Amino acid sequence: MKPGTVSAACTAVLKRDLALTWRRRGDALNPLLFAIIVVALFPFALGPEHAVLERIAAGTIFVAVLLAGLLSLDQLFRSDLEDGSLEQLVLSPHPLSLLLACKIAIHWLTTALPLILVAPLLALLLQLPPPVLPVLLATLALATPLLSLIGAMCVALTIGMRRSGMLLTLLVLPLLVPVLIFGAGACNAAQAGLAYAAPLLWLGAWLALAVVLAPLATAAALRISLT
Amino acid sequence: MNPLLLWFHKMGSPPTFYRVAGLWLPWLYALALVAGAAGLYGGLFVAPADYQQGESFRMIYVHVPCAWMGLFGYIFMAANGFIALVWRIKLSETLAMAAAPVGAAFTFITLVSGSLWGKPMWGTWWTWDARLTSELVLLFLYLGVIGLYNAIEDTRQAARAAAFLALIGVVNLPVVHYSVVWWNTLHQAQTVNLMGQSKISGSMLWPLLTMALATHVYFFASVLARARAMLLGLESGKDWVRVLAQGAAPSHPEAAHG
Repeated sequence: MKPGTVSAACTAVLKRDLALTWRRRGDALNPLLFAIIVVALFPFALGPEHAVLERIAAGTIFVAVLLAGLLSLDQLFRSDLEDGSLEQLVLSPHPLSLLLACKIAIHWLTTALPLILVAPLLALLLQLPPPVLPVLLATLALATPLLSLIGAMCVALTIGMRRSGMLLTLLVLPLLVPVLIFGAGACNAAQAGLAYAAPLLWLGAWLALAVVLAPLATAAALRISLT
Repeated sequence: MNPLLLWFHKMGSPPTFYRVAGLWLPWLYALALVAGAAGLYGGLFVAPADYQQGESFRMIYVHVPCAWMGLFGYIFMAANGFIALVWRIKLSETLAMAAAPVGAAFTFITLVSGSLWGKPMWGTWWTWDARLTSELVLLFLYLGVIGLYNAIEDTRQAARAAAFLALIGVVNLPVVHYSVVWWNTLHQAQTVNLMGQSKISGSMLWPLLTMALATHVYFFASVLARARAMLLGLESGKDWVRVLAQGAAPSHPEAAHG
């Protein structure tokens, strides 16, 4: 049997993952609910004063989105591992890194994009000044793909484990420190009326690097984990 | 074959490594002990007090060498991890994983000693300063590697996965460092510079360098000792371990207890 083209394989992976997510669309809402609840906890803990909430708004939203993304990472390869299709991907004649890049893209599209869309609501809850909102959305748009890419490498390493939740947190969060610093830093700078282009550019550079390297690293990690 | 290459190949074999490392260990421990004692005596009693920080500055004789070792340990682990992943050398896997807890311990000591020094100097146990934060992230990276290694059942697969994580961390470490520096800074600037003129007086410097030697030698001694123990576990089904365990090696009777 002649193998199909690489682009056909990628399209197949994209379509399949989209269809799978669509059939379980209730699950896709969970990260959103999680982020909203986490954000709603902060006013209870810190008091409802507008000044306090305004000060912490951008950082809190960022942390909530990162945590929501972290929780959804476990789903990235879980069902594929269980039904054996992940092994088929590894065995396929096409470059594994490309196929995984497609999976990561769909994961970002179905878990992180809704979070970005719900971010204005979170900003409203925490009294984020309206002029900062575009900066917040821009940083989230750059930071969430980084989360998916960096997270995918770590998920691939922990794939064989039954309970990988806590360990995954320990692996992923230190790697995300720069993302958080630059992302929340840009928002805080914008809020203080300072220039915020530099951290955004840093995030973009880091993302460009990760888009190239992370799928390759994920493929290598998966090969280690599945041997 | 080139004698150096031959030696390298021989050392890659677990029984040879076990024997040679066992021969080196007492000397390394002795050197670490002597250098450490000399460095601490020089640092705590001989070196003059700092004109600004008084006696508190003596913390650097523990703090700075440990900080160097924390970073060095990570590089050692990642380099061995790279060798293990590319050339599949079992000994490198073992050395990388043996280095992880030692490096983590040095990083932890750095954080604790820095915190003890920070209380009288900065008036606070902890501050979110660039170097402290990068050191904390380094500790988390170590803990991630150790956690991953312990979580996977198969020892060799665990070592390869953890080595890969260490390599990801190497790519990430400079970014973490510079992002954190950009974020905030309070820590005092670098004062020791091996290549150029140090901004520290000679009477204060020599105990520091002696301590650095001591921590390096201790690091290697500790890694070799851990690697020997790990190799015994890894190779427990092999003949040389059985011979060792049953004490049936008349030429090295002490090795059975070592």
